[in-house]
Parts: sequence; C-alpha cells; structure tokens
Amino acid sequence: MKTLIQNVTVGGGQTDLLLADGVVAAVGPGLSADDATVLDATGLRALPGLVDLHTHLREPGREDAETVESGTRSAARGGYTSVFAMANTLPVADTAGVVEQVQRLGEEAGWVDVRPVGAVTVGLAGQQLAELGAMADSRAAVRVFSDDGHCVSDAVLMRRALEYVKAFDGVIAQHAEEPRLTEGAQMNEGTVSAVLGLRGWPSVAEEAVIARDVLLADHVGSRLHVCHLSTRGSVEIVRWAKQRGVQVTAEVTPHHLLLTDELVRGYDPVYKVNPPLRTQADVEAVREGLADGTIDIVATDHAPHPVEAKDCEWSAAAMGMTGLETALSVVQHTMVDTGLMGWDTLVDRMSSAPARIGRLAGHGLPLEVGNPANLVLVDPAARWTVDPAAMATAGRNSPFRGMELPGKVVATFLRGRPTVLDSELVTP
Amino acid sequence: MRHLLSAADLDRDAAVHVLDVAEEMAATQRRVVKKLPTLRGRTVVNLFFEDSTRTRTSFEAAAKRLSADVINFSAKGSSVSKGESLKDTALTLEAMGADAVVVRHGSSGAPHRLAHAGWTRGAVVNAGDGTHEHPTQALLDAYTMRRHLRGGTGDLAGAKVVVVGDVLHSRVARSNVLLLHTLGAHVTLVAPPTLLPVGVEAWPCETSHDLDATLLRGEPDAVMMLRVQAERMDASKGSFFPSAREYSRRYGLGRERLGMLPDDTIVMHPGPMNRGLEISAEAADSVRSTIVEQVGNGVAVRMAVLYLLLAGELPGGDA
Repeated sequence: MKTLIQNVTVGGGQTDLLLADGVVAAVGPGLSADDATVLDATGLRALPGLVDLHTHLREPGREDAETVESGTRSAARGGYTSVFAMANTLPVADTAGVVEQVQRLGEEAGWVDVRPVGAVTVGLAGQQLAELGAMADSRAAVRVFSDDGHCVSDAVLMRRALEYVKAFDGVIAQHAEEPRLTEGAQMNEGTVSAVLGLRGWPSVAEEAVIARDVLLADHVGSRLHVCHLSTRGSVEIVRWAKQRGVQVTAEVTPHHLLLTDELVRGYDPVYKVNPPLRTQADVEAVREGLADGTIDIVATDHAPHPVEAKDCEWSAAAMGMTGLETALSVVQHTMVDTGLMGWDTLVDRMSSAPARIGRLAGHGLPLEVGNPANLVLVDPAARWTVDPAAMATAGRNSPFRGMELPGKVVATFLRGRPTVLDSELVTP
Repeated sequence: MRHLLSAADLDRDAAVHVLDVAEEMAATQRRVVKKLPTLRGRTVVNLFFEDSTRTRTSFEAAAKRLSADVINFSAKGSSVSKGESLKDTALTLEAMGADAVVVRHGSSGAPHRLAHAGWTRGAVVNAGDGTHEHPTQALLDAYTMRRHLRGGTGDLAGAKVVVVGDVLHSRVARSNVLLLHTLGAHVTLVAPPTLLPVGVEAWPCETSHDLDATLLRGEPDAVMMLRVQAERMDASKGSFFPSAREYSRRYGLGRERLGMLPDDTIVMHPGPMNRGLEISAEAADSVRSTIVEQVGNGVAVRMAVLYLLLAGELPGGDA
C-alpha cells in the first residue's frame, strides 16, 4: 500500500510525504508515485502519531464501559497510533496472562498499537508486589507499571517497586493520592467545596506523595512517572526534583489544562474526576509546567463509563472523563493557540516523550525516511463542536460536550495503513 | 422561581416575601379550623432518603394544612433499598403526577440534580442535602429571629448572630449564613479550626475560634448552637477534637456563658440536641431558648414555601 500526501505542513514548511511498505519512503516537495493513493493535504499539518501513556480500555471485565475495540477506534479518531492500557481491569492486569490478553485484543482490533500497563501490586491492593518481571518478560513486554486509581501509599512497597523494575528498565507510574487525606473526598478542597458541602480533596494529598516519591526515586536511582499531576504545588515539586537530577517524568491531562472546579457548582457528575478539577491558578501552573518541560507529556486518562454511572447524584457517580477524541484539540486550544508552545513542542509532549517514557519502539519518531509511517494529519484551522454521541468511544462522559474546539483530526495512519480518512474510521 | 434548593436562591425581596407570607400562614394556624383550600388537587411528595421525622412531619403538616395530597416516600423498605436510583425514583414519582417534591438526601447536591437533570417537572424543595444546605431551616430560624429581635419589627438588618459548633458538617450553618447575610444581619461563626471548612473565608461572615471573646465583644442578638454531628466524625475520618469534655468546655453553651449574654439575647438550636455537649440543659430550657418555638415556626414557613412555589408567586430566577 502506497499513499502520497501532497502539500502537507511538516514542522515549519510544506512538503510531500510518500508512505510505502509501512514506512516513510520519501519526504520532499514535488514527489510522485504512479501506484499511490494521492491525498491533497493543503492546509493540513502532519504530526507523528500520538501516543497516550494513560488510557482505560476497561476490557477485560468492564466491557459495558468500553472494549479494546471501541477504545482503540476512539484513539484512532483522536490521532493516536498507540495507547498504554491501564491495569485496573477485571481481572486486574497483574499477571503475564492478563497483559498478554490485552495485547492480543489490541492486535486483533488493529486500530492502534496497544501496550498494556502492568499493576504494581497484586489486585491493586497495595499489599504485595505483582509479578513485575513476568509481565516484563511476557509477549506484552510491559515497561510501565501502575496501580492507577489507587496510590501505592506504602513507602516501603513503593521503594521496592522502584528498585525492582530497574532490572528491566521499567518505570513506576504513580497515582499520587494520600489515601487518608482523601477519604470520602468528592472534589477539590477550596472555596467551591465549602459552598457546595462536598468533602474536599486537598492539593496536599497529591503533593505529599509526589514529594515522597521523588525522594525515593532519587534515593534508589530509579525512574518515577507522576500520573495526572493537577496542582501548582505538584509542578513546583517536580521542577525542584528535575533540577536535583531525579529521574522523574510527569503527565497532565487535557481536562486539567482547561477546566476548573467552578464547573462543579451545577453538581453535574460529568465533571467528577480523580484527581479533581482544581482552581484557575492550578490550571495556569500546569500549562506553564507543560510549556517549560517540567511536565513531560499530555496523557488523556481516558476513563469511559456507562451512562448510568454518571446519570445520577454527584456522590453516587463514578469518577472519570473520556478524552481520546478531544485531547489534540484541547491541547491546541490551551497551549498552541495561546502561544504557550509551538507544534514541535506539542509533538514532543503528545508523541515523542510518551513513547520514550514507555520505551515504545516505532512510535513518536520524526517523519523522516525509514521511520515507521505512524502519523496523523490535522486541520488546525477547523473548528468543531464536541458531540459525545458521535464519538467512537462507548463512553459518553465527555466534559467538553457542546464546546467548540479548534483542530480536527483528518487522517491517521498506522504503519502506512489509514485507520482514519476524512475524519472517519477506515475498517482495517 | 421554580425550586428552592439553596438559601442563595432568595434575594432580599424574595426572602422577606416568604417570611411575610409565613406570618400570614401562622395567623391561620391560630384559628380553630387550620386547614386552607389553597393547594387542593395538588400533590406533594416527601422524598426522604435519610431519616428525619421532625422535618418530614413538618413538611407533611404544612402540605396537608394547605389541602394538598401528600405522598410520603422513604428510602427504607422501598425500591431504593433494592438498588433503585434517584433518577428512577424521580421518574416514578413524575409518572404519579407530583407537583412538588420535597427531598432530603445524604448526598450534597442531590436536590439540585433532581431539579435540573430533567427527571421531574415538579417544584423541588431541598429539605436538607448532605453537608450542603437546608434552606427552609434557615427560613424558620430567620422567622423566629424576626419575632424576637428588634422589638419584633421584622427587620434583621444589623442584627448580630453567632453560630457555634460543627460548621463543617452543618447544612444549617451554610444556609443560615447565606440567608442572614441577604437579610442584612452580621454572622460570626465560632468553631475549632477542624470544624470550619477550608474556603470558609469566602463566605459572607466572620469566623472565630474563641467563643468567650466573641460573646463578650459581640453582644449578640442571637446565639445559635449547632449539633456536633458525631455520626460524621467516626475514627476512620479523623479526630476533629480531642474529647467531648474539651469540646464542651471550649465551645459548649452552659451556665457561665449564658450569664455573659445580654438580657435579650435568644438561644437557638436546630435540633436534635446533644445535651451536655454543645448545650447544657440549663441553656436549652432557659427562658431565652427558642428551640421548641423554632419547630412550631417550621410549619408556617414550609406552608409559605409550598404555597409560593406551587402558586408561582415566589419572585426570582429559575433556580
């Protein structure tokens, strides 16, 4: 299969791209190929395919919320060519068998490359290390381990996990949440929670764990990744740790780049998420941190739920938001269109760096001759209104519903094969 | 205004209007025949997901005295205990033709959700939601104050009210701060730092941790003691104060503090009381106490709220 993409913007200039045999076969102006499908990409920008280090695909066990098939269709629609599937499935992805099952389901679906994340502890219970080595050695070749949804709160266990994964260049992705400080917490602790009578979720519950973990990572010389960082204080701690030379990386979600706890005033559970939506000052701090590289990547924390899990009163509702199909637009809106960062930096934060942190070969690479043809074509000038019902994900819990956003994914290619064309999925 | 979800839904004119109508309703309750035909043919549902005999009975009496048909729906022993959601319960009541739904729920914001999620077309009255608000309690407290303070002129502007105790878990305190501020009163919240919510500094009131200093300095017109909500303070949620004895000494209203109050200061409590903890029997039963009167005033205030909402005569936006 050959595709010739003409007049596309790559980096700072306009060029043509020839995709053949799964790789970028040629780059340059005025390319031609008789047997290629020709795509006029005037006005479009080509980026390396996006990589999401933090996706909840829910399968096995919660297929009512999402399946690997529906979740990866959603990812392709969002411009992704690879996603890391979080371990909080049923059963938990804490054995070689489960991670291989997830990997196989991803291959069968064929929309994006699925890399399973392995649980740090058995059953996410925070008591005993899972068989991290077996998962690393399995066909799924797990390199990212996380109890996401739960914090590895035991300092000794966290230290052991950090030490243990050094044997196979793994990384512990920590959901930073001190559990005693967030018992029963419903939303960000502050002036809004005080008015609404919802139990507050203090910033310090996140910051205290990050502070502890960067010191542990420093102490044992291991790689730590901070999941969905959300507060100004967390940014400051990571910035300090990086200056100190700690091997720490961090992610922020699109929703924490845009939304604040003021939205909770209507008690609509679509805004209920873990960590909670914070204040405008926090939003500004995470944007600044993402721009200056303190925060390494944008990760969606795509968390689909069945309708009934959100169509209820606030305290009964599940936490989480979908995000795969809106991430690129939200990042363009909050970071690029505001002048905080350019497209090259966006590529780093949404493709190259997550692939690097996850030790994912073949993704996040520049669109250069010989590299795998994993790429996305986006129309930065397009504007669209978010309609959850029109999304490929099974989840309808998008906090961006009804919002007009810039940037539209026009096409996605996985190893040269289109998964999305004209913004519609292309059956593999 | 279609619903009453928060004391903040009422601007000054609307709040005064409710209180004035409550006066009229109270006058009818002094007659031999207490029942009015006002809401004949209308259906009011008391939807109580939490036990509260006092509030439910008060709303029931109010609705019945306005001749409304009343359906009491409690969660215990109902379909809710079998797992039915708030939404499905609401849809069932909607199918039965509820004109007003009086809802008590353990989850903050549940009445707001009921009013705005399209599950019911009836008027929603918040009868207490989680640790959020209890607006009709605030109205009956204000009504009680109007009868006692400022020579019963009905104007609370400039009145000094001290609210003491477990503010963190109190929906009564939240609603009272909002309503009393709207009516021009000055509110001071007094509590240990652990029982004041983070963010309280944005509320339209003052705060203090020193009850004696507040009482001595402030010469309050009313002192409202809050119930210590021990059920929300079990060990797993952390210790909010060291012991009942220490709490009582620092924040309880007993004989000594009662003696510090000006002669015409009234003592209030939303009930039920923890006698000997936040309030002594001497204070609760003193001539200053309006605690029993508050309960009686609740019926008149709730008659006013139901009447105004169902008659569409409560000014204000679509809350």
